Amino acid sequence: MNRTLSALLAGLIFGLGIAISGMANPAKVLNFFDPLGNWDPSLAFVMGGALLTTAIGYRVIFGRRTAPVLDTKFHLPTARTIDARLIGGSALFGIGWGIAGFCPGGAIPALGFAPWPTALFLISMGAGIVLARWVQALPRRQTA
Amino acid sequence: MITDFTPLASLFGGILIGLGAVILMAFNGRIAGMTAMLGGVLEPRNPDSPWRLAFLAGAIAAPLVATLLGAEFAFSSPTTGPLLAVGGLIVGVGVTYGSGCTSGHGVCGLARLSPRSLVATLTFMATTFATVTLMRHGFGG
Repeated sequence: MNRTLSALLAGLIFGLGIAISGMANPAKVLNFFDPLGNWDPSLAFVMGGALLTTAIGYRVIFGRRTAPVLDTKFHLPTARTIDARLIGGSALFGIGWGIAGFCPGGAIPALGFAPWPTALFLISMGAGIVLARWVQALPRRQTA
Repeated sequence: MITDFTPLASLFGGILIGLGAVILMAFNGRIAGMTAMLGGVLEPRNPDSPWRLAFLAGAIAAPLVATLLGAEFAFSSPTTGPLLAVGGLIVGVGVTYGSGCTSGHGVCGLARLSPRSLVATLTFMATTFATVTLMRHGFGG
């Protein structure tokens, strides 16, 4: 198995899980955040199941291996600073999630069974990513 | 709109999400963050692009194939039109500056006990809650 095939397999299982869990259903996601209205606590079970499985799986992997099966090392995020960029970006993401009901991990699998209006969300999100990357690159261009 | 409380399906789906993340770490040594995956589309020349595109293709294909085989997934988008586009734009900017979303920070990051991911997750959960509450109950609704 090569890295592309293993990523495809991981994506298949991940996407199926998102669809079964209800994370790809904006109405369900928004109801989780609405305890004053038609509250649907299902999302807590999604996050609980995903987090517990990942935490146990990671612990087993990192405890037994010094490198993944198909690469020479684990590629883990190295950033440590908790700054305004992290908090402001996350705060913005939450506002957008609250408006749309879609997060990136929910919207990608939703494209497979509910192309519309998922595509509208994804195209707009893509524009937002491109815009933010362009703005982030500006200071470097000026000093280069 | 009322949605059914589905603890078993949601727990099972969540376990599958975790399993996908564990497989990607065990074989590729990578975090299963959807924000980073989308970089595979935007940077086609990046050496990481092929496996990222494969993950995205798998994530889209699984529910598509399941639907073709007769599975049904509940779906309803209360937000439509320009407001949905605005939401998408804000999500795109937010996950880029915040370096991740629900999958990267909320699942993989928390599973590694990353303080950054804990702060990010608490922040976006709080602002999502505030936004939904304001939109549904804040304007005399």
